[in-house]
Amino acid sequence: MKVNYLMPEFLIDRDEQRCTHCRICVHQCANEAHLWNDKKKIVYGEDQNCVNCHRCVATCPTRALRIRNYPLEYKNNAHWTPHYIKSIFKQANSGGILLAGMGCDRPYPVYWDHLLINASQVTNPSIDPLREPMELKTFLGRKPEKLSFQNGKLAEALPPQVELDIPIMFAAMSFGAISLNAMTSLAMAAKEMGTCYNTGEGGLHSSLYQYGENTIVQVASGRFGIDPEYLNAGTAIEIKIGQGAKPGIGGHLPGEKVGMDVSQTRMIPEGSDAISPAPHHDIYSIEDLRQLIYSLKEATNYTKPVAVKIAAVHNSAAIASGIARAGADIIVLDGLRGGTGAAPLRTRDSVGIPIELALAAVDQRLRNESIRNEVSLVVAGSIRCSSDVVKAIALGADACYIGTAALIALGCHMCQKCYTGKCNWGIATQNPKLTKRLDPEEGAERAANLLRAWSREIKEMLGGMGINALESLRGNRLMLRGIDLSERDLAILGVKAAGE
Amino acid sequence: MNQNITIDAKGIYYRQLNEAIKASLQDKINTIELQNVNGQRYIGAGITNDATISIQGTPGNDLAAYMDGLTLQVYGNAQDGVANTMNKGTIIIHGDAGDALGYAMRGGEVYVKGSVGYRVAIHMKEFQEKVPLVVVGGKAGSFFGEYMAGGILILLGLRGREEQPIVGDYCGTGMHGGIMYIRGSVEEHKLGKEVKPVEMTEEDHQRLALYVGRFAEHFGEDKEEILAQPFTKLIPYNKRPYGNLYVGA
Ligand code: SF4
Ligand code: SF4
Repeated sequence: MKVNYLMPEFLIDRDEQRCTHCRICVHQCANEAHLWNDKKKIVYGEDQNCVNCHRCVATCPTRALRIRNYPLEYKNNAHWTPHYIKSIFKQANSGGILLAGMGCDRPYPVYWDHLLINASQVTNPSIDPLREPMELKTFLGRKPEKLSFQNGKLAEALPPQVELDIPIMFAAMSFGAISLNAMTSLAMAAKEMGTCYNTGEGGLHSSLYQYGENTIVQVASGRFGIDPEYLNAGTAIEIKIGQGAKPGIGGHLPGEKVGMDVSQTRMIPEGSDAISPAPHHDIYSIEDLRQLIYSLKEATNYTKPVAVKIAAVHNSAAIASGIARAGADIIVLDGLRGGTGAAPLRTRDSVGIPIELALAAVDQRLRNESIRNEVSLVVAGSIRCSSDVVKAIALGADACYIGTAALIALGCHMCQKCYTGKCNWGIATQNPKLTKRLDPEEGAERAANLLRAWSREIKEMLGGMGINALESLRGNRLMLRGIDLSERDLAILGVKAAGE
Repeated sequence: MNQNITIDAKGIYYRQLNEAIKASLQDKINTIELQNVNGQRYIGAGITNDATISIQGTPGNDLAAYMDGLTLQVYGNAQDGVANTMNKGTIIIHGDAGDALGYAMRGGEVYVKGSVGYRVAIHMKEFQEKVPLVVVGGKAGSFFGEYMAGGILILLGLRGREEQPIVGDYCGTGMHGGIMYIRGSVEEHKLGKEVKPVEMTEEDHQRLALYVGRFAEHFGEDKEEILAQPFTKLIPYNKRPYGNLYVGA
């Protein structure tokens, strides 16, 4: 007898008193964890298939469902935890690379939680954002070393800038990785809130060209969907070198997800795998990167800032210095916790460094080299709330990207199964039955609400510090104190310890 | 109406040169002759237009990047990154070309009289009516057609360094679409593990006759003589080379 070593991860707990066997959960669960027995006329659960996404729990009209961790206890072992045992079972079964969705979920330190924000008391009084104007306006792009004037006007035109009303943008997520409805939600919310969303590397769907001013178009190694029209469609162009969820490796959208719409947007045949090689095959050096940056500037007549996105890795500071010197206008740093539709689990969880440390190191390095003004810094990969944004800005960021948080606003429940294409919340899927569950109008409102709420909170915290413009917080590390950090951590973060 | 203009590129930085080209195209000029070109980058980059530009000299890297329609005649050699992510247009190079020619090219045609460097036609793709074509008269370096996802790649080996084989190592590695035709035979150890040689069909012969015919016309060569030798046709084993690599965590 062949025994399956893998026990279910979750237990579907159906309250038989409440369940009316209405079959709603059967229709709602694309993972086929709820099934219908036609003979007995009952709904029953298949625990093995459940990914704990809560779709059934949320849609069950009688609240009959609960999802629990499967009550299977391995003998206690601090080293051989169930995670490693189960992973080995899976790989011994299949020989496959473990694949996961979303970002690193390991219990590494979260430095945001070791940083505390200052507030004014008595001297330098705090400001009430309800009564006084607070400025969150942010410009991303190269800033000139000095301004010269002629007849009261700027003598030389400023380099192109991305103008944002708030310092939070939606991170790159491609059509293919997420549904068109999810993308449309983010595009509409970005427009509403005066910020940007990012196409990711999957091209720009024809219906989204109308949000051009709020769009950052991405150029990655697969060069999908890129033509002159695309390059000129947005307000900036982002070259993706790497991403925090999988530094150093490429992307791979399986053919199953390349339906008609995705195929047209990526400009590749339907059903074909969309492979993004790990490196850009024309970039092997900082000089080559410069060549790509300037090819994009040439192709868009120097009207758009060009950003370069890298994963936060050990030598980020030196790399960022090279990127600035290569002519990038914006550097995007994506940290260890950055999300993705699909990444090899071991890479996701073990490669890269936390964004807080990378950000502090990069900002400091660019300052030391007196080139901080030549680039804007945008950080991504871990921002969960408005105080994370405030801390990031104080550490030196010009703006933040949010990806995971934006999807949670749209209904994502963090089941981490985005790579299956069966997202029950209509986000990380191309299945029309599922994508229609996300109404773009509603999604846009939720995503815009999130930005609105965070902006209000940021203004409150700014006011509390006696600051009325975000610009005065940028790189102002005196507004931060570290708690429960080593001397070394404090030195890298460039902050004093709480109490100092 | 035909409108011509000649621009002397001697000592002009690429940004100014390309501005002059774009300004001329705006003025509805449809034939531009560039003289004394010497390494200026990005000529034709991102331009949507049907004009013709003839280039005397050696254009720099990323010639015709993202280009959408122009015809470029290069009377000299070209450098790296020709036709990078090109969408439409024709490039005729009366000399050799460098590395990564046709990277991610989606449409249009490139003819090179001489040889090409490494990673040529890497990740070339196709979409609907867009089927890019690269014909190389000489020899090619390693990683020819790497990751190729579509389009047609023809290598003739008519000229090039004598001691060199017609194609370098890892030919077609990671290829998952498109077709490659190499004149003569290729040693098996030169092929990436994702490609295999297959029998030529009548359709292949017709296709070769058409494109080799155009090549011969561009460079004044004898089409029949080129076609007299048998060709090796290479296609990918499967469209999903990396399909079974993963298991859900
Ligand atoms: S996968 Fe989601 S919808 Fe399906 S049973 Fe589990 S929690 Fe419910
Ligand atoms: S996007 Fe969908 S599949 Fe991915 S974690 Fe969120 S709910 Fe799960």
